[in-house]
Amino acid sequence: MQFFGGSEISPSPPVPPASGSNAHMIYVFNRNGVCLFYREWNRPLRTLNVQQDHKLMFGLLFSLKSFTSKMDPTGVEKGNLGVPQLPGQGCSFHSFRTNTYKLSLMESPSGIKIILVTHPKISDLRESLKYIYNLYVEYAVKNPLYTPGTPIRCELFNTNLDQYVRNLA
Amino acid sequence: MAPVAPRSGDAVFANVERVNAELFTLTYGAIVRQLITDLEEVEEVNKQLDQMGYNIGIRLIDEFLAKSNVSRCVDFKETAEVIAKVGFKMFLGVTASVTNWDADGTSCSLVLEDNPLVDFVELPDTCQGLYYCNILSGVIRGALEMVSMKTEITWVRDMLRGDDAFELRVKLLKQVPEEYPYKDDE
Repeated sequence: MQFFGGSEISPSPPVPPASGSNAHMIYVFNRNGVCLFYREWNRPLRTLNVQQDHKLMFGLLFSLKSFTSKMDPTGVEKGNLGVPQLPGQGCSFHSFRTNTYKLSLMESPSGIKIILVTHPKISDLRESLKYIYNLYVEYAVKNPLYTPGTPIRCELFNTNLDQYVRNLA
Repeated sequence: MAPVAPRSGDAVFANVERVNAELFTLTYGAIVRQLITDLEEVEEVNKQLDQMGYNIGIRLIDEFLAKSNVSRCVDFKETAEVIAKVGFKMFLGVTASVTNWDADGTSCSLVLEDNPLVDFVELPDTCQGLYYCNILSGVIRGALEMVSMKTEITWVRDMLRGDDAFELRVKLLKQVPEEYPYKDDE
């Protein structure tokens, strides 16, 4: 199991937002909490350093998932609060919205979590997140130069992702 | 936008990129041949094929999940069905059948009548202990490990040794739920 400390990822330099760039930032985590990818397009406010920011994000999602499935009124069986569930099992939350942003999450059964933070008026992003998962498969998983579980450094992935996000509805 | 329903094996197979079957078979044959020359010991070759399969499996699972849209399987029975019908079809172009469930549903057999890896292959007398398709057992083991299932996979029947089909015994050892990876005091 990899613990997170000591990672040398530095956030990629902010891409000057092209007109119509819809998203603020994206995170990709794996099942062990390692942040495989982080990219920001439009993030004026940054309160924490990079490691803390990633840990906070991962921790938040872990807790939210646990919370949402325990509070599920239609769920049949409930484990104890805090008992981890298998990814994809039980009720899974997929987005939350505040007055300034919307955070959308997709988690695959293999534990890959893709988080996209966008402006609040955007419609449901589940299909888009699936498309980004496919991009991850094409450019990271199938890449022989990439070791699974390490940060993704692939120019093609970055460009394709930027292009896709720019065109999000 | 409602989530898309999982696609059947045939639908996915029609959509993925395919390579020429003979190219695939002959490339695999060349790999095994080279391993035998390099390692000489048949047991070593079996282990190496399993390890290679494992490394493939841990990546293959993401491609499988992304392209086939299956959601988390409810139990091991469903998992075995999905592997046999969708997984094998998507990556090898053939379907397997699931048989011989044991009493508590943790162990089953995947039977392959048709296996593209072994076209044109004959085992010589010097390689009688070789599990030619051992890469498949590694792939399944690796893929299932990435979805939190620890399994043990063994070959029961092998057509290259004279049996009538290929049969893999898949045994679920345990489900490993993910743990919160950060220590609380950090």
